Amino acid sequence: MSATVHGGIGQSLGRKEDARFIRGKGNYVDDIQLPGMLYLDFTRSPYAHAKITGIHPENALKIPGVLAVVTGKDLDAAKLAWMPTLMSDTQMVLPIDTVKFQGQEVVAVVAENRYAAADGAAAVDIDYDPLPVVTDPVKALQPDSPLVRPDKEKKSNHIWHWETGDKAGTDDLLKKSEVVVHQDLYIPRINVSSIETCGCVAQFDAMGRLTVWMTTQAPHAIRTVFALVAGLPEQSIRIISPDIGGGFGGKVPVYPGYVVAVVAALKTGHPVKWVETRMNNLMSSSFARDYHISADIGCTKDGKLTALKVKTIADHGYADAAANPSKFPAGLFHIITGSYPFQKAFVEVDGVYTNKPPGGIAYRCSFRVTEAAYSIERLIDEIARKVGMDPAEFRMKNFIPPEAFPFQSALGWTYDSGNYAGALKLAMKMIDYPALRREQAERRKKGEFMGIGISSFTEIVGAGPSHTFDILGIKMFESCEIRIHPTGKVMARFGTKAQGQGHETTYSQILATELGIPAENISIEEGDTDTAPYGLGTYASRSTPTAGAAAAVAARKIREKAQKIAAHLLEVSPDDIEWKDYKFQVKGVPEKSKTMADVAFAAYTNPAPGVEPGLEAVDYYDPPNMTYPFGSYICVVDIDKGTGQVKVRRFVAVDDCGTIINPMIVDGQIHGGLNMGLAPALYEQITYDENGNIRGNSFLDYLVPTSMESPHWETGKTTTPSPHHPIGAKGVGESPTVGAPAAIVNAVIDALSPLGVTNIDIPIYPWKVWQVLHDKGVT
Amino acid sequence: MASTAIPRLTSPLPIKGAARRIHVTINEVDFDMAVEDRTLLVHFLRDVLGLTGTHIGCDTTHCGACTVLLDGKPVKSCTVLAVQVDGRKIRTVEGLETGGKLHPVQDGFAAEHGLQCGFCTPGMMMTAVALLAKNPNPSEDEIRRAISGNLCRCTGYMNIVKAIQHAAKTQGGKS
Amino acid sequence: MIPPEFDYHAAGSVDEAIGLLTGNPGEAKVLAGGQSLIPLMKLRLASPKVLVDISRIADLSYIQEKGDWLVIGAATKVNDLNDSKLVGSSYPLLADAAAHIADPLVRNMGTVGGNVCHGDPGNDLPACMVALGAQYVVRGPKGNRTVPASDFYQDTFVTALDPSEILTEVQIPKAQPGTGGAYLKMERKVGDFAIAAVAVQLSVDAKGTVTRAGIALTNVGPTVLNAPKAAASLLKKKPSDADLLAAGKLAAEAAQPTSDLRGPADFKRGVVQTLTQRAATLAWSRAGGQR
Repeated sequence: MSATVHGGIGQSLGRKEDARFIRGKGNYVDDIQLPGMLYLDFTRSPYAHAKITGIHPENALKIPGVLAVVTGKDLDAAKLAWMPTLMSDTQMVLPIDTVKFQGQEVVAVVAENRYAAADGAAAVDIDYDPLPVVTDPVKALQPDSPLVRPDKEKKSNHIWHWETGDKAGTDDLLKKSEVVVHQDLYIPRINVSSIETCGCVAQFDAMGRLTVWMTTQAPHAIRTVFALVAGLPEQSIRIISPDIGGGFGGKVPVYPGYVVAVVAALKTGHPVKWVETRMNNLMSSSFARDYHISADIGCTKDGKLTALKVKTIADHGYADAAANPSKFPAGLFHIITGSYPFQKAFVEVDGVYTNKPPGGIAYRCSFRVTEAAYSIERLIDEIARKVGMDPAEFRMKNFIPPEAFPFQSALGWTYDSGNYAGALKLAMKMIDYPALRREQAERRKKGEFMGIGISSFTEIVGAGPSHTFDILGIKMFESCEIRIHPTGKVMARFGTKAQGQGHETTYSQILATELGIPAENISIEEGDTDTAPYGLGTYASRSTPTAGAAAAVAARKIREKAQKIAAHLLEVSPDDIEWKDYKFQVKGVPEKSKTMADVAFAAYTNPAPGVEPGLEAVDYYDPPNMTYPFGSYICVVDIDKGTGQVKVRRFVAVDDCGTIINPMIVDGQIHGGLNMGLAPALYEQITYDENGNIRGNSFLDYLVPTSMESPHWETGKTTTPSPHHPIGAKGVGESPTVGAPAAIVNAVIDALSPLGVTNIDIPIYPWKVWQVLHDKGVT
Repeated sequence: MASTAIPRLTSPLPIKGAARRIHVTINEVDFDMAVEDRTLLVHFLRDVLGLTGTHIGCDTTHCGACTVLLDGKPVKSCTVLAVQVDGRKIRTVEGLETGGKLHPVQDGFAAEHGLQCGFCTPGMMMTAVALLAKNPNPSEDEIRRAISGNLCRCTGYMNIVKAIQHAAKTQGGKS
Repeated sequence: MIPPEFDYHAAGSVDEAIGLLTGNPGEAKVLAGGQSLIPLMKLRLASPKVLVDISRIADLSYIQEKGDWLVIGAATKVNDLNDSKLVGSSYPLLADAAAHIADPLVRNMGTVGGNVCHGDPGNDLPACMVALGAQYVVRGPKGNRTVPASDFYQDTFVTALDPSEILTEVQIPKAQPGTGGAYLKMERKVGDFAIAAVAVQLSVDAKGTVTRAGIALTNVGPTVLNAPKAAASLLKKKPSDADLLAAGKLAAEAAQPTSDLRGPADFKRGVVQTLTQRAATLAWSRAGGQR
């Protein structure tokens, strides 16, 4: 029997962080109460585009408890009315003279308590002169469109053009392809809607040192941004991410509320709290998606894929404020060749300004990966149908084979490892695919609409290698610092910040395995820039690929030093020591051994001659490559002919995220990700009318799925480790959000395909299905 | 920056001169407090009493992060006035653990990984506690219906269902 | 989100409440469960200066059969309908609807009286009351009066209730052998207001022939809509599939939907048609009708 360590890699260890959460003792931003704390609220624009002609705070200032108002002009005096975005664009903190979207923060009100702040925000009078509005990015590109950003040199709503791949070669090969399918797909604007909104508490101490407790997924990056933008010395800024009630990318950007809270704290000398309402969050926090895609895919008449060409318009709202740390304006969208070895591919994307909130963010994926996976997996189904092949058979015929890894995609990514056919085979077995197809044939005879949808997606996570990723020039490494105390107990700190992923547990497990110390003796800390090593934060499924790797490498640095101390204790040469069964053993003499705890005590009491005392290590890990998790999902839907309602009957998800650290947590991540894949497929979207009025700015109309919509998820696993990651792990939290939408939509289209239906844009609301059935004379 | 006076920070919430006194029992402890008429129960609990386990997630009575038990029944405390609970009993997440012993629902959520970010968890658990008091052996469908007024963004609900089933089992079918 | 300031009064009796309403004309609102009113106030779409809480008035919360009626006190919580054995066994239309009003937590605060007199066409109980042939007892400064549910709803948020009046009791004809109903609601997701919903209440004779029919529609018009032609089309019939389809079409014609985030108007009419067919089928079988 091989040795084990309690809480090591592969065990379903119960989560350490749960002890506080189940007692209601989590510490979220809005739980923080400081003596003398003031509250911030905003008066927001009712117009999507308007000139501000007057601001009248008098009535607000008469309200007992209201202390101050802050306007864009006030901020402009301190050169803080505008702030830079990560995409070399600019966005407003508060407007000086023009508002650009409905719900934009216009005037900040500071008050003694949140009730007075709300009253004050409602009492500020602002005069506006409405300006022409454009909300449709296609119209925004026309020459007669209202100009969203006249402050820019380029007098156009076109922000940037980006392309990659072989345009001529792709065109040529598509022309030669025997079968070509053209498909337009719109992926609407959505909002992550973590149940906790965004907020902060900002405080200056008597020494002028700033502490901000903030809902941020990237505290160190925020500290540096604050230092660069506000000109504060970086050592005088402390950012603390306390417990965070869900992030999903929505807590990566810098929002105006954070900046104004800091300014208000500076001006008043009091701590200032800002916490968004849900409506504010839906109206002005960063959106995701909003991609208008037009694609051509080709194959031979016997179903061998040839070429892929994709043209996309990206609606960025009034500023390109994308939380995108890659050097590509469209993020990782060129993972769009997916699980298939296209000979040629070409992608082009144009970013466009409209009178909508700025963004965007990923919504539980690496930037633009869901857009890519959704597109390719929808296209595969349509071309398979055109060739007359079963979608599973078509995929099996075209998958990149396991022996082809590492695989260079047509658009330049190097996939680390994969076994796509293995995952699809398992999913088909779990759901009994042949039986489903037989049942479907029977039901079709009876005039019923049942659909089966497949999605065999490839993800790209773990940003990222320093040649491709940076934030303001800072490379996208990740960090781990380990301190082993004399009694053999461990404190480890990371530059990442969990928002529900369970880092305190999984990092402990990696360290338990690497150090031979039970997980219960390991404490994990993140989120405080004063104590944690510099890191770039948690998003894009990067924590395990980068910080998890840093943990393993730092632990191995510890082992290297510890081996010398163990040799000293065992009175042999370090070369005669091996790390085996979680102990240092004299080679060939297993009974002569020292545990890591023994070594730790010696490190402080009796280190080897020439070895410096203490047992600590830090690692900054620059990943050599991205990791490429994958999976195959199969969804079964039934459609109610009378109402158009789509019911997800079954959903089988087979995921491969490489080495699994904690199976329980991985399953939980997959369930949650699937739910956030279901959401945009059938429920969520944010739309605007032609005047730029947001439609659906509360949870009444923004349809976050409940326990009743969310089906009973069935999960399966294959394991194909990453060859370049120290423990072979790939990251998992986002795969299901990336993979699920296409499976659901493919199932709906499969159900309706006998009617000649090839696409319904998401979210597939009952009325859209009903309209199809009605038009085709079914209903 | 236009401003008026220095702050008079006496209470985290406003209390007008003619504030109303309410008598309310929270987690078995009696409170006799002055509140403004418009004070929402959730702000009374969080900002006045410091019971921050009850969260605010949506403001429009949809998410259930603010769920507490009012005379044993789960309600959304963001849509209840503090004055409405005068003379009544409230139980919050902080009142689940008794005598150093976790409630079976708390054990269930930890055992079955029924939480991730933890933000919806207190409200979700309060709904579960009320469900099991009424229906000690709920089916999956009954559980899903009971928690349909509590949104969770992290778990996909699967493990929440399991957590409540786990609690039902350890309670031995008794509440 | 925080409501603007107001003065709260916990009325000790219906008459005291009416006095408060009369004493603050145009400024006072009745607070029962608050599940519609408080959100409106938090959004600052409503800002009454005075709130009159009627939830503490003794004897406004009951569900019982009395004479020819099932009587329900106005302050009865919606979830009390779900928990009532009497409702569960004899009033399936009410039981169906109560299980689909908002969500289980809202139903613990929300009241039957509030749901029927708020005047929002998305409220579910008004359609039930119209289909059941219920009437409302309303008390004002001049005493009690009774208003049939079918006459109560005038326009969106406009009812027959005078600002100085309070709805105190709902009276539903007592269930008889051979009666049955069904409420079918289609929602965008659970807890939402209906895309469309249909209430059907039928009485049948020993042979299964329909002797009385009530059909009403939720959220497809400015108020709850009565669909008397659809109901009449089922009378004196053991409804065949063709009869049910015809009733569905008549109900769809009675609908006055508008296009909005819940879907275009023609879709909502289609849903009304489908739900009417299905609800009538279910109501007929619940009433004892057998093919």
